[in-house]
Amino acid sequence: MSSLLILVPLIGVLILNLPLGFVKRLAFPFALALAFAQAGLAIFSPLDLWNRVLVTFGGFEAFNLVVDRLSIVLLLSIAIVLFATLLVGWATLQDEKKKFDFANLLILAVVGMNGIVMVRDLFSLYIFLEVVGVTSFVLISLDRDKAGLEGSFKYLILSAVATAMMLTAIALLLMTTGTTSFAGVAAALKSPSYLTVLAVSIFVGGLSIKGGLVPFHGWLPDAYSSAPAGVSVLLAGVVTKTTGIYTVIRLVTTVFGFTPQVKAVLLFVGALSIVVGALAALGQKDFKRMLAYSSISQMGYIILSLGTGSALGIAGAVFHLFNHAIFKTQLFVNAAAVEEQTGTRDMDVMGGLSARMPVTGTTSVVAFLSTAGIPPLSGFWSKLIIIVAVWVSGYHMYAALALLASLITCAYFLSMQRRVFFGTLVEEFKTIKEAKLGILIPEVVLALITIGVGVLFPHILNTFILPIQSILG
Amino acid sequence: MIINLLLLIALTIGALWSVLKADLVKAAIALAVTSIILTILMFRFASPLAAVFELSVCAGLITVIFMSTISLTKYRTPQQEEVRQQSRDRRYAALPVLVIAAAGVLTLVGIPMNFALPQAAAVGDVRSVLWNERQLDLLGQMLVILAGFFGISVLFKSKVKAVGRAGAALVRGELPTTATVGDKSQTTVPEMAESRH
Repeated sequence: MSSLLILVPLIGVLILNLPLGFVKRLAFPFALALAFAQAGLAIFSPLDLWNRVLVTFGGFEAFNLVVDRLSIVLLLSIAIVLFATLLVGWATLQDEKKKFDFANLLILAVVGMNGIVMVRDLFSLYIFLEVVGVTSFVLISLDRDKAGLEGSFKYLILSAVATAMMLTAIALLLMTTGTTSFAGVAAALKSPSYLTVLAVSIFVGGLSIKGGLVPFHGWLPDAYSSAPAGVSVLLAGVVTKTTGIYTVIRLVTTVFGFTPQVKAVLLFVGALSIVVGALAALGQKDFKRMLAYSSISQMGYIILSLGTGSALGIAGAVFHLFNHAIFKTQLFVNAAAVEEQTGTRDMDVMGGLSARMPVTGTTSVVAFLSTAGIPPLSGFWSKLIIIVAVWVSGYHMYAALALLASLITCAYFLSMQRRVFFGTLVEEFKTIKEAKLGILIPEVVLALITIGVGVLFPHILNTFILPIQSILG
Repeated sequence: MIINLLLLIALTIGALWSVLKADLVKAAIALAVTSIILTILMFRFASPLAAVFELSVCAGLITVIFMSTISLTKYRTPQQEEVRQQSRDRRYAALPVLVIAAAGVLTLVGIPMNFALPQAAAVGDVRSVLWNERQLDLLGQMLVILAGFFGISVLFKSKVKAVGRAGAALVRGELPTTATVGDKSQTTVPEMAESRH
């Protein structure tokens, strides 16, 4: 069944681009149906059904795709962010041709991300990373304005460096281990040589660029802030998480293993990203740039938790990955709503917008409280698990740092809320209206998920989070 | 062995030349030459199919694409070219020195080969490997090509139509308005549309 998540969207894109006038109108409903189908399958399908071959056609369906608990969390995140991205894109893009291209590229990006979370081979992983990379370049420059092209170009260059590093690492691993499959490389790495250590280092370096971790985060604020609204939602919600963070989690737990050196690097990079991202976010005027730096900081929490190497740490990392996908998507949807109505992202010229945009303001507060780790929202639980995992693993300084950085997170988000939504309504914006329905729907849905996951945490813990530890084997 | 070493040195020189040249056409040609040298090396290492792909795609197709793209960029005067080359030389002056130094260090220290390489697997036919073992990768490559197609459609197709509309307006004797496409006016794409000639 897992191969259907790649084949069905691909066939759909091919059909949508047939020279028949009426099929172009099916782009949006088809993409929306894909989002619902993937979310439904992720929530309700049993694990063994995912790994069963349901349809055969000439042997071409027998791909080496495997779905486990970690993959399911990511597939669900991808589906939810696809839903939000689609609605925001449809509400904010004006041109019908641009909407059609947007839908096609979005579907291809989702196919790429689905492939990334299901493959068990390094070279296949690289191919699907490229699929997501190419679609992202084009999506960022969708408006063809100077800022978008510049952001896309920066992402393209740094992404090319990252993929060159990953290809080099794959070549070295193929030379020394004779295989590119996860299982084969993992078995061969039990007796590592200096070349395999070098290959692992180069690979993780490449993934750090893809994930926007400090000090390879230079492209991220430009790409996030200059992309069209819907594309920012996609990038921040799930692209960097899938291409960078998930891949690090998967390779470290399944292939490379938790050596003391790997743990030390992950802990340091995680802590550095938390602090640098949070401090940089404090000084931002641009709404989306602030959210971009906040993303860097939050992804640092995920890497920090992964660096403990403990089962609890990994569960906390994956839970925070999911939560971050939800509340960061929420915040970018709010940013899209504000930009759509006010025409600006400069927080210094805004003020009191929640008087005219109450739903956007309220859902923004929900997302900010979750990001800052305030109970009983989802972000509180994942941050709690992370800090506890880091503390009990003996890294007390890192745990203290993570806790203090939460205060900085609270500070910059409170500043954002005060400047944008609270206070006296600015004269210039007295006539603005609440966001369009296409933006309101994902705002409300995402806020409900954030609240629901937080309130239903005991059930979520036993059903989704603790079973993730099974990926450790 | 000596021939392989000479080819590797020539490969390195070709790669450095393509990075150091400010003139894009010469850089593209240097890259093509680098690919040709790599092709020869692949033949010598008994990988004829990889060599054929390297020659046809990297030395051939990629160079054609680069030349086509370069032909769409602004023409530089010889003075501008000289200034750019001098700036480039200053920025990358250390690069050949670093490469030679690294080669020297590696030659003196040697690359430790004290690990066991795995037994070479039975060589499979390329077709059976591609179609039977790496089907998923083929599918992925189809996806990349599709994404590239949409990239061209998004970045260039409407601009060509807008230029066509402006031209048609001129033929009718009307003054064309600023060619805007979609929501915002274009900046970088029109700059690339000037011919070199």
